[in-house]
Amino acid sequence: MSPVRTVTEPRPSRSGVFPKAVKPLITHPPATQMYYHASLSKRAMKHLIAMLLAAASLTYAQAPGPIALRGARVVTVSGPVLEKGTVLLRNGLIEAVGENVDLPKDAWVMDAQGATVYPGLIDALSTVGLPETPAQPATPRTETSATPATPRFGANEPAMPVQQGPEFRPFTTTWVRAADLLNPADRRVEETRSAGFSSVVTFPSSGIFAGEGAFLNLSGEKQGRMVVTSPAGQYVTLTSHGFGTYPGSLMGVIAYIRQVSLDADHYKLELQAYASHPVGQKRPNYDRAVEGLLESPRLLLPADDAKQLDRMIRFAAELKRPAVLYGGHQAYKIADRVAKSGVPLLISLKWPEKPKDADPDQEESFRTLELRDRAPSSPAALEKAGARFAFYSGGTAAKDVRKALKRAVDAGLTEAAAVRALTLSAAEIYGVADRVGSIEPGKIANLLVVKGSLFDEKAKIQYIFIDGAKYEPIPETPPPGDREGRAAPGGVE
Amino acid sequence: MNRLALFLMAVPLAAGQTTVIRNATVLTVTKGTFQGSILIRDGKIVEAGEKVLVPDGARVIDAGGQFVMPGIIDCHSHIAADSINEGAVAVSSMVGIEDVINPDDIDIYRALAGGVTTANILHGSANPIGGKCQVMKMRWGKDAQGLIFEGAMPGIKFALGENVKRSGSPGNGFGASPGLRYPASRMGVEDVIREALTEARAYQKEWRDYQAKLDRHEQAIPPRRDLKLEPLVEVLEGKRYVHAHCYRADEILMLLRVADDFGFKIRTLQHVLEGYKVAKEIAAHGAGASTFSDWWAYKAEAFDAIPYNAAIMVRKGVLVSLNSDSAELMRHLNTEAAKAMKYGGLNETEALSLVTINPAKQLGIENRVGSIEPGKDADLAVFDKHPLSNYAKVEKVFIDGELYFDREKDLEERPGKEARKKALIDKQKAQEKKERKKPEATEDKKNEEPGGVR
Repeated sequence: MSPVRTVTEPRPSRSGVFPKAVKPLITHPPATQMYYHASLSKRAMKHLIAMLLAAASLTYAQAPGPIALRGARVVTVSGPVLEKGTVLLRNGLIEAVGENVDLPKDAWVMDAQGATVYPGLIDALSTVGLPETPAQPATPRTETSATPATPRFGANEPAMPVQQGPEFRPFTTTWVRAADLLNPADRRVEETRSAGFSSVVTFPSSGIFAGEGAFLNLSGEKQGRMVVTSPAGQYVTLTSHGFGTYPGSLMGVIAYIRQVSLDADHYKLELQAYASHPVGQKRPNYDRAVEGLLESPRLLLPADDAKQLDRMIRFAAELKRPAVLYGGHQAYKIADRVAKSGVPLLISLKWPEKPKDADPDQEESFRTLELRDRAPSSPAALEKAGARFAFYSGGTAAKDVRKALKRAVDAGLTEAAAVRALTLSAAEIYGVADRVGSIEPGKIANLLVVKGSLFDEKAKIQYIFIDGAKYEPIPETPPPGDREGRAAPGGVE
Repeated sequence: MNRLALFLMAVPLAAGQTTVIRNATVLTVTKGTFQGSILIRDGKIVEAGEKVLVPDGARVIDAGGQFVMPGIIDCHSHIAADSINEGAVAVSSMVGIEDVINPDDIDIYRALAGGVTTANILHGSANPIGGKCQVMKMRWGKDAQGLIFEGAMPGIKFALGENVKRSGSPGNGFGASPGLRYPASRMGVEDVIREALTEARAYQKEWRDYQAKLDRHEQAIPPRRDLKLEPLVEVLEGKRYVHAHCYRADEILMLLRVADDFGFKIRTLQHVLEGYKVAKEIAAHGAGASTFSDWWAYKAEAFDAIPYNAAIMVRKGVLVSLNSDSAELMRHLNTEAAKAMKYGGLNETEALSLVTINPAKQLGIENRVGSIEPGKDADLAVFDKHPLSNYAKVEKVFIDGELYFDREKDLEERPGKEARKKALIDKQKAQEKKERKKPEATEDKKNEEPGGVR
């Protein structure tokens, strides 16, 4: 098991509301803010942006006019591929899609011949949009509970006092919501979007019960505008924190999760009983830990190799809570079992690599070599077995996601299944397939426009539409220092 | 048996379902030793004797010159689990090995290669009341559930003495714990166990009261389930065996007294190196003893250990087994058993019992394994020489009638495995080489196409 998630060193703070990296985001319509930028000085523009942000509600109230993408190859995902199709967007939604779409007179028509339109990609497990240093919710340590609200056990953190059982809710922040902590100016919002992602599902990632995730649109606009749904689930890790703390072992963590789950069931019973007859009854204690669990629609459980997948499939069934597994690199070994379980699996696109500092003379084990060789064949095996799966970047730099995806395709995954896993399947897993994930009338206008095929590494991403607004990818510049951001969730080893 | 043989001949059977091992020296452990055959069908021993009819279509394994004994049972092991100790709390009965079985642990295969077919996988000895144990069969290649010895009595680890009181290791023995975790003395160990069992009694009563209310058709919500106390209630009710790590005579007697006070039996005392001093008391309580052959003086509480321990306890009427507590020692428990002949003069059968039928009885699985008798699981170890000889090697191991280890096959497959590994290494080296060249190419591309997003 990996140690506690590392938090990258603090970077120099940026001034202003927007990071410098943010160039004009919305390059077209309608004639609102960004039209002015060319004629304005940088400083003036900053002021303008601040002003516009202040008046943001007004800005959003002004609906952009309809946009039509005409003559493109349209991969709807939910239906057949249209070789020469048109997609009409209005008010942030997809209004029409088809080979013959009547275009309104006021539509801004974009000739998209030679381009392919996909639903915007979804990174099914991420920390994008969360502050680089996890926020400390206002829950001071008390004498009765020395559990820090967001436990991080770095060198300067006092160790957990020993001999604390499950009732102290160690490493538990079920109630922390990603949606409440969003930082729209997170540099990674733009980076991720530039790689073709219109959405991410972002989770707090530290602790055993880390907190509630949110399904976000990467508009980088106001917090409230980014959230598609929240809570999207509860992020669970099986990280143990050493012999001197409880729980200090894998089986201790598992037993702890089981106890909290049982406590949640009992809590519900107690509250119901009390609500029906409060008079003369002992009042149940309020427990924020189980409150957070109860409001989470699903648990995200880590499972990378075959034994972990098997273990977590059984565990999810035992807990009787909807679950989604993440990791999945050895799923090629037990794809049928995953399929049969019906439990969806999020596969990390961070394929196993040889450690950079590996001793060249040290011969690696057959298991390590085989896993590295075969991990990218897991999606293909799952497709064949009929399992439900989606992808997450898992720490792969946004710009390398397509390369990682190609390895899965080279290992036998069909392109159609690859696109589905990155779009509709992820939306289905999070229960938002009625809103995003495919190109259908009425859905949120999240689109990806590629000059060519997504699977041709040379094909450029032209536009990303999010909530109907058009974004262009940022030109790639050499990374100033650490551009990868902090450790992404989903590491399970 | 003739009738059975006729019946077998009349019904065509799928090959592999029926196996006969013949011409072997069969060490049944419970029914003597003879030259003969063993008939296996559907994973069970059907017949073992000097003359066994070979049914049509049966797979016949000639074991001429070889020795067949019941698969070895290790009453104390820590292999095949992803975690062993939950140590920060004094009572960790909420955890269990069952949750962390690791079917990929190569030690399973190595144990097989030493003739072991069943092992009791215990929680570590970090705390007075440890986690739940798991009895497993060494079914190498099966998944976690496939390893579980179905129907075996559940168990739990208790531990006494130095490991659990942890005095002398403040802050450096087990990580950066600020100060000691209670208990810090043998008195404290007793207190922790008594307190936990008292708590368990109260919890048991809570559930009984709830049940009584339901029986009276009163409305009630069930008590909160407490995963720490549930296994201890099972202990009190005799539904879960206690396997207690211990060394010194005084702490052994303490634990037996505690168990008597709470009305349950200690199933086995583990290690129990001073067991020879209190063997009569152990026998009177009815506890088994699972000890080492000849380990001593590796820590203060092991100073009084003697290699005669097993034999003395056997002679005093204690049910004794020898265990490994080590993935290495696990591979030659047969020679560990042989030591009890040198030290203490046990006979061959008594010595073999220490690693077969006795641990089976201690784990409550003697109706299934531990000896070669009709009706028992076909868990067998085939040695090339007498298993109590230093020179004996395991040739084949069967579990449930299936061949799980075959020395010949293992040797045959090695070149193929080497080749597959080399192919993978070469493939990945070639890829690395290709990728080392790549960065230059992307540089060129970048120059051509500023703003290209790859």
